[in-house]
Amino acid sequence: MQANVQEFPPYREALAPHAHNDHGQHEHHELNFWQKYIFSTDHKVIGIQYGLMSLSFMLFGFFLMLLMRWQIAHPGVPVPVFGPLLEKILGQPAAHGAISPDLYNSFGAMHGTIMVFLGVVPLAFAAFGNYVTPLMIGAPDMAFPKLNMASFHSFFLGGVVMLVSFFIPGGAAQAGWTSYSPLATTIPTHGQAFWLVGMVLLITSSLLGAVNFIATIIQLRAPGMTWMRMPFFVWAQFVTAFILLLAFPPLEAAGVLQLMDNVAGTSFFLPTGLAIGGQIADRSGGGSPLLWQHLFWFLGHPEVYVLILPAMGIVAEVIANNTRKPLWGYKSLVYSALFVGFLSFIVWAHHMYLTGMGQKIATFFQTTTMIISIPSVIILTCLFLSLWGGSIRFNTPMLFALGFLPMFGIGGLTGLPLGLAASDLYLHDTYYIIAHFHYVVAPGTIFALFAGVYFWFPKITGRKMNEFWGRVHFWCSFTFMNLVFMPMFAQGIKGMLRRMSDGAVNYSAARVPGAIDALPGSVMQLNGWILWAAIALGIAQIPFIINLFWSISHGEPVDSNPWQATTLDWQTPTPPPHGNFAHEPVTVRGPYEYSAPGHAADFTPQDEAESSSAPITPTAHH
Amino acid sequence: MEIPYTVQNRPDTGIYNAKLGVWLFLASEVMLFGGLFSAYVLLRVGAAPGDWPHGWLNVTLGTVNTLLLALSAITTLLAWAACKVRDFGKFKFFHACTILLALTFLGIKSYEYRDKLLHYEVQLTNGKFADGHFIAESKDFDLAKKTGTFTLHGHIVEDRQELMDLRSPEAQAAKHEVITIAATDIKKMGNYGPAHNTFTAIYFTLTGLHALHILGGTLVIFYFWGPGRRMWKTDPERFTNRIEVSGLFWHFVDLVWIFLFPVLYLT
Amino acid sequence: MIYMSESDKPVSLQNYIRLCAVVFLVIVCTTSAMIATSFSHLGEGWMLKVGIILAIAVVNAFLVAGYLMHLLTEKKLIYTVLGFTVFFFIGLMGLTVWATNGFPPGTVSH
Repeated sequence: MQANVQEFPPYREALAPHAHNDHGQHEHHELNFWQKYIFSTDHKVIGIQYGLMSLSFMLFGFFLMLLMRWQIAHPGVPVPVFGPLLEKILGQPAAHGAISPDLYNSFGAMHGTIMVFLGVVPLAFAAFGNYVTPLMIGAPDMAFPKLNMASFHSFFLGGVVMLVSFFIPGGAAQAGWTSYSPLATTIPTHGQAFWLVGMVLLITSSLLGAVNFIATIIQLRAPGMTWMRMPFFVWAQFVTAFILLLAFPPLEAAGVLQLMDNVAGTSFFLPTGLAIGGQIADRSGGGSPLLWQHLFWFLGHPEVYVLILPAMGIVAEVIANNTRKPLWGYKSLVYSALFVGFLSFIVWAHHMYLTGMGQKIATFFQTTTMIISIPSVIILTCLFLSLWGGSIRFNTPMLFALGFLPMFGIGGLTGLPLGLAASDLYLHDTYYIIAHFHYVVAPGTIFALFAGVYFWFPKITGRKMNEFWGRVHFWCSFTFMNLVFMPMFAQGIKGMLRRMSDGAVNYSAARVPGAIDALPGSVMQLNGWILWAAIALGIAQIPFIINLFWSISHGEPVDSNPWQATTLDWQTPTPPPHGNFAHEPVTVRGPYEYSAPGHAADFTPQDEAESSSAPITPTAHH
Repeated sequence: MEIPYTVQNRPDTGIYNAKLGVWLFLASEVMLFGGLFSAYVLLRVGAAPGDWPHGWLNVTLGTVNTLLLALSAITTLLAWAACKVRDFGKFKFFHACTILLALTFLGIKSYEYRDKLLHYEVQLTNGKFADGHFIAESKDFDLAKKTGTFTLHGHIVEDRQELMDLRSPEAQAAKHEVITIAATDIKKMGNYGPAHNTFTAIYFTLTGLHALHILGGTLVIFYFWGPGRRMWKTDPERFTNRIEVSGLFWHFVDLVWIFLFPVLYLT
Repeated sequence: MIYMSESDKPVSLQNYIRLCAVVFLVIVCTTSAMIATSFSHLGEGWMLKVGIILAIAVVNAFLVAGYLMHLLTEKKLIYTVLGFTVFFFIGLMGLTVWATNGFPPGTVSH
């Protein structure tokens, strides 16, 4: 029985004697198409806008990766099916439908940029955060709705700039998602400048979003929603917002400096005596390439916690709901998240062990890096322990959440040799790194995001996504993700370097038989298998895409709380109307009151008034 | 449901939403300018001895700008105070002062920029350097084709290092005169724009970004002084909060200048 | 204290103007001190002068932040946010400079 969207009387703010002010959307106005769907200030609409756009970008980034994997497995061979199309669109760089080295580099740079800044972060933070957070804390909207709209449109513009860069002469940025100078400045095309402008727009969007999230969570919690009664999802978004707020600006500063280098001829990151193509560059010099790296990684490292924390938040909610018991170690989870956020700011130079830092400073960063693994492990352990003694329901969101746990475990554990400087010296810039971070983000975060989509779909649409195809999506994705990334650990340890447009064939044993440690045929063969696994992974996403859109109108209709969840987001009608709650909800208990002894139902919503008969037992340990 | 605490303070935090929002935003701005200042520190510390210029900026103009901005910070605060005591006339007066002071600041800054962009360093074929301000160039002046002449008001030095420290007694003693140079004698030339060296680069970037913030702040204050003042009639408390919040942003921009001025002009 | 309290109690505008005048005069004095230091001949090279000038700038900043932005009477929440910001700012500056200058002995630079 789908709840109808009702017209609720406007909630009156209790104390304020101020005159009624005219903000954009008023309950009784009829909004036109543009105000409702394009320039909406409602957090739910904005969340969906972010969600659809980021999923589209992720698909595009995936496609770029497929082209790259083809080139790696079959260097110089024209791409089947899409080769002629590429040549028509991109011209010379895709001559004869084959991917030239420059084009490969730009695909690599843009795959990373798009997946991180246009895919995962907007989906995990902006989309889920925007839609769910105000609902979970009992707020009518975000604290600054117009700012929220501005954030989305800044993101949109940034995305447009990034996409447009593919079509300018010379193509998109080629210097990696890390855009290291001097390469980023000396490439003679404008792709890097477009990348930098796009990044400034995206960073601005995130900054404004972060201000909104923090202010909302601090100021707009409904009565009774104390800090320790907030769902862990909200805590995760809170820490993520703080990381974005304080870590992004130095990259914005660095971006401006590199843009000046590219466009105004400055030498912020260009050293004295730089030679390009055998000629001393006509630049003032005096700059420092290392400065770029420091400023980039000052964001770059906290950024990975931005990628993982919202995912952990989603997994926590799905696990609590589908085990029908409270999370194990709520307080540990919260303090660990806070600690991770804090520490993430002082570990960044473990990405720079090979730049010749002094031993003392390298040791400092190694120490902090080792320490930061502790709260991450605590969070993962708490999530694992939450399964113990649970009444597990194996629906699609739960499958993805369960899949997240060992995948993040592998990703995290394989990060340990990278945090230790001695082993990192060998593994840096090899495929081991690619495998490590993809395990954390791809079968890690992205699985959590899939879980979130399946989980909150009924709240947004009033229908469930198809369960059978959800399971197909899960099992195929799980299998093929592992088949794509697990071999890369072996390749990396054997010495295969990243960003090689020829798939490292130039230093394989076949090409240079006498060389020491030339890559053996077994390693090179893996490239072929990985390509097939990647194609299969892509095919596995088709049921998801069809399911997503088909279920909007044909999915199984459900009521407003189909998962029998306790958190406030499930205590609203479906879909939640403008203003979310008819009357301000009053929270009287913690977020995970599942299977509380003495209660008839196996769950008690956070805002359900206390009945005299059944006493509320305190939330389990901690 | 309307969004609570847009005007009233939330009891446990003691502030209204926009105030928290602006302080969060200012925290991010601290990190933004912090990134730029750390770039400055690294570039300066990493420069070879004698390679970092001194005295290239006009301290008098910088001081005037500092005092203008400090005064504007005061008038901004007084504008808010006037709102608090519901004296709209005084509010209009004080914010008019703020806007005028800000525009004067930008005017002086533009003059300083123009001065730099008209200041040329010319590397001559005989190994010497001509350095001075642009006076004129002949109609057929073309560096690539090596035709025409270029006239500036300055002096010629043997060693480029002499141009670095304008506070040194030698630089103070140098006589400036009108010099005309033929294009055929010029090996390379450029003005003191961002590309000249890392000092001008960071100078233009830091002050440029700061000036953009001044411009943005001025536009916001102008909006509240002008078209936005309608809210005073309908919701004076909320209007006062907006003046406070925009004032906080303005004070932050002044704060940045408090560090920019000594770092760039005085050291 | 003659600051604007958070309540709606009106405070005399005259008193407030007087406070602002004092703050402005102090700013004029500190600025003059910085300029004087800059043109003086204290210490070898620039290090000592830079240190003194920056210290005076910090005092100046404290005045603006404390009085004009009324940070001195602001709520703990704001302080906490700014405290973390300052910590990370120092981390950014300090660790970057340490990393760039902490090279092993024998490293050639300029």
